[in-house]
Amino acid sequence: MEDFAYIIDTFFALFAMTLIIFMVPGFAMLEAGIVRTKNVSTVLTVNMMIYSVASMAFLLVGYDIAFGSWDNDSMSKWAAFLFQMAFVGKAINIMSGGVSERVKIFPLSIFTVLMGAFIYPLIVNITWGANLLKDTFLELSMYDLAGSTVIHSTGGWALLAAIMIIGPRYKRYVKGKIRVIPASNIPLVVLGAMLLWIGWFGFNGGSVGSISTKENADLVAKTIMNTNTAGLAGAIVASLMMLFKYRKLDITMILNGALGGLVAITAGPDLYNMYLPILIGAIGGALVVFVVPFFDKLQLDDPVGALSVHLVNGIWGTLAVGIFASNGDDITFWGQLKGVLVVGVIAFTLSYVVIFIINKFLAFRAENDDQQQGLDFEECGLESYPEFVRN
Amino acid sequence: MKKIEAVIKPFKLEDVKDALVAIDISGMTITEVRGYGRQQGHTELYRGAEYVVDFLPKVKIELVVQEDDVDEAIAAITDAAKTGKIGDGKIFVSSIEKTIRIRTGEEDEEAI
Repeated sequence: MEDFAYIIDTFFALFAMTLIIFMVPGFAMLEAGIVRTKNVSTVLTVNMMIYSVASMAFLLVGYDIAFGSWDNDSMSKWAAFLFQMAFVGKAINIMSGGVSERVKIFPLSIFTVLMGAFIYPLIVNITWGANLLKDTFLELSMYDLAGSTVIHSTGGWALLAAIMIIGPRYKRYVKGKIRVIPASNIPLVVLGAMLLWIGWFGFNGGSVGSISTKENADLVAKTIMNTNTAGLAGAIVASLMMLFKYRKLDITMILNGALGGLVAITAGPDLYNMYLPILIGAIGGALVVFVVPFFDKLQLDDPVGALSVHLVNGIWGTLAVGIFASNGDDITFWGQLKGVLVVGVIAFTLSYVVIFIINKFLAFRAENDDQQQGLDFEECGLESYPEFVRN
Repeated sequence: MKKIEAVIKPFKLEDVKDALVAIDISGMTITEVRGYGRQQGHTELYRGAEYVVDFLPKVKIELVVQEDDVDEAIAAITDAAKTGKIGDGKIFVSSIEKTIRIRTGEEDEEAI
């Protein structure tokens, strides 16, 4: 029986890991659809680079920093590693998507090595892992099942630092006015977002960690159901808000709303009853509709809406656990807030310093002329759609 | 001989072609073009922000006809391309000095 549990949990981790890897094409397709045709090869190359480089950095260095040891009693240690490895690239994808269309691949690769080997593993260490803050006044009690804070907000903070240093796309804001740069391929955006959604079932379901008892099987299934529910609510509410605010249905915003709901539920999908995720996802979807134009007003240029989806909803989802699932003992609102703040300060500061230093030697930002020409020509030498030469 | 150039809405191309075929106009050349006129494009909404699409997609039809057919061709194009809404397009007529059919070397009226 003990062998059986070990085998089932190993299989479960491998299955969840496989679902999460669907988020690699998920991010890639979403970004390929949002950016202009002249930058598509570049964002696809970046996505491939992040998966390879971040996973390799985590294999060689990061996993040890995060967890202190590879030992695992409950499942194959290789499966446990693969499951954790599947998350690393996600935090960096969140950051790279938001600086699309002006970021150069090489400096971003260096940041990816440092993020995958040190920054992200450090955040995991103090939240899910070996916990180097144990018995200090900074020790965290935050409950974050699958990473509203650990992954989504961490990626979001890194993105905020990157946008502040790299600046907006050339001619995105002209004389204080917003110049809209519309998506080039909406079908790809939909495909990407739905792949992310599917990946989320592994992301959150797998984070329960075990499916080998009846109780755990129930918990995994409830976690996946609640995850899905929050996505549905996010999509519906974002649609209604768009209709109410602009009298138009913008599918890119509806999908951002769904993803916002999914991010928001990620901190505690196992803790809620079957109805609370509707509220949590709905607020997540509504936040996206309000916050996307807000960041635009601040001239923080984020083509995919990653700050709104991942940073803002990562914070909301983590606090929601403190509001709706507080048991006054292990989980408290203040414990959740402290987690948000400590992780936020560490993730933002480290990312800012690292990007700032790399940027001194190797500029992250492509020259304006290269941005106008399209990064594909300069960075990759091949264009995704050579037959359609447009603006 | 006259050349008629008509810039029309792309979705009206089929109707205009059928109308011209119906009056025995035997050939035409089309180009996908972009442009704007007095309307200055139109506004669309993306992620909560309005923007102006100033160069709208249009189709340009070019055909060369005999002088006698000009009025009929213009009427056919106007009827078929008209929606009554802004952005229906324009027709330009100009004179052609010479026409040659490459395969046979026929010239002018015979070559049209």
